Amino acid sequence: MTAKALRQPASLRIVSGAFLAFWCLIAAFPIAWIAVMSFKSPVDAFDSNPLNVIFGPATRADGSGWSILEIGLGLAVIWVTARLTVRRAPPLVASYSPGGYVALGWIVAAVLIGLGFVLVFFGLLPLVTDLLNPILGPLGRDIIGATTEHYQTVWIERGFIDNFRNSLIVTTGVVTISLTVGTLAGYGLARSGSTLAFWILIIALIFRSLPHSVLVAGYLPVFINSAEWLAPILGENAPTLYGKPAAVIAVLVAINQPFTIWMLRSFFANIPADLDEAARVDGCSHFKAFRLVIMPVMWPGVITTGLFSFLLAYNDFLVTSLLLDASNQTMVPAIAGMFNRETTTTDQVVAVAAAVSITAPLFLLVMVFQRQIVSGLTAGAVKG
Amino acid sequence: MKPKVFAAFVGPSIFMMLLFIAFPLVSVFWNSFVVTQPVYETVEVENCTAGFLEQTCTTEMETRPVLDESGEIRRQTEFVGFQTYQNVLEMGRFWEAVKDRSWTALQNIDFWKALRFTLMFTLVTLPLVLGVGLAIALVINNASQKIKGPVIFLSLLPFIITPVIGALSINWLFRGDGILTAFLEWWLEQDLALFAQAWTIELMMMFYRVWHVAPFAAIVFYAGLQTVNQDSLESAVIDGASRWQRLRLIVIPHLAPLLIFVAMIHLMDTYRVFEEVVGFRAEGYVISLQWLTYDFLTPDQAGNRSISRASASAMLTMIGIAILLVPLLKRTWRDHKGSH
Repeated sequence: MTAKALRQPASLRIVSGAFLAFWCLIAAFPIAWIAVMSFKSPVDAFDSNPLNVIFGPATRADGSGWSILEIGLGLAVIWVTARLTVRRAPPLVASYSPGGYVALGWIVAAVLIGLGFVLVFFGLLPLVTDLLNPILGPLGRDIIGATTEHYQTVWIERGFIDNFRNSLIVTTGVVTISLTVGTLAGYGLARSGSTLAFWILIIALIFRSLPHSVLVAGYLPVFINSAEWLAPILGENAPTLYGKPAAVIAVLVAINQPFTIWMLRSFFANIPADLDEAARVDGCSHFKAFRLVIMPVMWPGVITTGLFSFLLAYNDFLVTSLLLDASNQTMVPAIAGMFNRETTTTDQVVAVAAAVSITAPLFLLVMVFQRQIVSGLTAGAVKG
Repeated sequence: MKPKVFAAFVGPSIFMMLLFIAFPLVSVFWNSFVVTQPVYETVEVENCTAGFLEQTCTTEMETRPVLDESGEIRRQTEFVGFQTYQNVLEMGRFWEAVKDRSWTALQNIDFWKALRFTLMFTLVTLPLVLGVGLAIALVINNASQKIKGPVIFLSLLPFIITPVIGALSINWLFRGDGILTAFLEWWLEQDLALFAQAWTIELMMMFYRVWHVAPFAAIVFYAGLQTVNQDSLESAVIDGASRWQRLRLIVIPHLAPLLIFVAMIHLMDTYRVFEEVVGFRAEGYVISLQWLTYDFLTPDQAGNRSISRASASAMLTMIGIAILLVPLLKRTWRDHKGSH
């Protein structure tokens, strides 16, 4: 009876489906569109006719484009890589990594897959298509105008690779330190239940709501003059903290800490306290119980929290743009500098290519960790 | 857990938060009452030029910065009380504008302009995010099992994207003869200049924010929809409740705690609106409170940062945060007391 009584009339199902399709279009369109724009010459990228943007006649007229053969082979390479990663990699990693170091094995595997993909896609594929294109006639003729020159401009001429390296340093630092400090605190808070623990969480909540500009206003004078006031302690080689990635890492870890401990606390609270009590009865100290009994079952929570720490560090504009000097600039503030001086449309398309380069890793991240991100979003709310 | 062990676990985290959050707060509070500037001295300078028979000499009073032994400009820090707040708030101009009942005059003062936009932005986007989020959650819940995964993947994209980049990507769709401007012009059959006045930029910013936050709301609500009590839904069907009545009387009350949670998070986050101003390059037309502080902190042409004014505007921004937090803290406190 339930199924029949709850069945929806066709009109409702159509409206619901149409709204879903409309939302998916709105969600994906701006990102997909800038991805398309980044491969076109400026004339095509800012054309008011959408078909011209997609097929890029002006780009094709300049002599760069993709033929059906190239598109087909490119898609095939991407599909094979994805398939190999999903199907073949997990058993290989599991069998080759030494016991207990599966995470390390995955890092090696990811680097190898990435390298292999870049070699085949950018090295081997152009050679093959250059040979085959003239032979195949219509299949080998360019049908879509596309060029990767803007990416070359961004990454090589504009030195985006340095910004990428800086982003990598900052995010790695932030994720490792905030997880180390945060798991300890989250465990302590989840198991304590004292009034003090409650007040720490409340104060963390207040800290979470502070605008970041308020905090930066507090750091700036101190960081700029740090050589002066650190001199009595560190002597001659007291550093100026302003502009140093290490200082930004410390700041971002602290800003991230309230969120991290709230989230990890809710994950720890889901692990039954009987587990560590049993270990304690067997003679473990609190730290030993934490390390040997709790951590092995905590990985899903730690990975989820790590993802959100990564996002905060990677997406930050305010802190990094104010506290880092030009030579240590990360990717997001660097792109802001790029559009300040944009005068020609070429510069704009170069900025678009930079924006797509920043978004690509996030895209991969959602693809791999979709489940963890969803569980992180709902952890705070649904479980209380 | 013994206090000593507890301290060992939470110690590092507390230390980080005290050093990098609590201490800067104190520093900002102090800086908003003092001003650091170069020390000037006024000296009498005699300038002589060669003239006929005798030199023509003029004496002038000249102001110049005092240098210390190493040749650096000497700076001094002075307590000025509420003077910096006065400079940020520009109360004189404010009262004048109020007396003249002139909205435009009021909107020419940076702080009040920023406050107006920040409040309006927060209040307009809140119901939109809750409504759109709920609608998306309902249709995802309604979709067949097979497409749920891909749909959630697409929905996560706007949420996960770097805010500045997200704002920029929407900006590029409208900028100049961008694809959506061209579409709107064709549809409305008139010329549009979307970046020439404040209100169109504000509309685009609000669109961006709803696009960016609605997925978060949708996923939280979707998770909540999974736990709706099926029995009460069935009994409602037997009692002859319509679809709309079931949604209004059973589903939404069930989601109420989640609606409040999302609303609180959203209020806290939108009050800090900042990236939109950068991404839409709107600083000439629309600014927000956090952008005002950011602007004071960025070096001007002479390379000076107005730390005092930034501190004062930061303190003023925090008054709003305090007001937002009171109901939230009250509720948490009640829950805490109830659980003991």
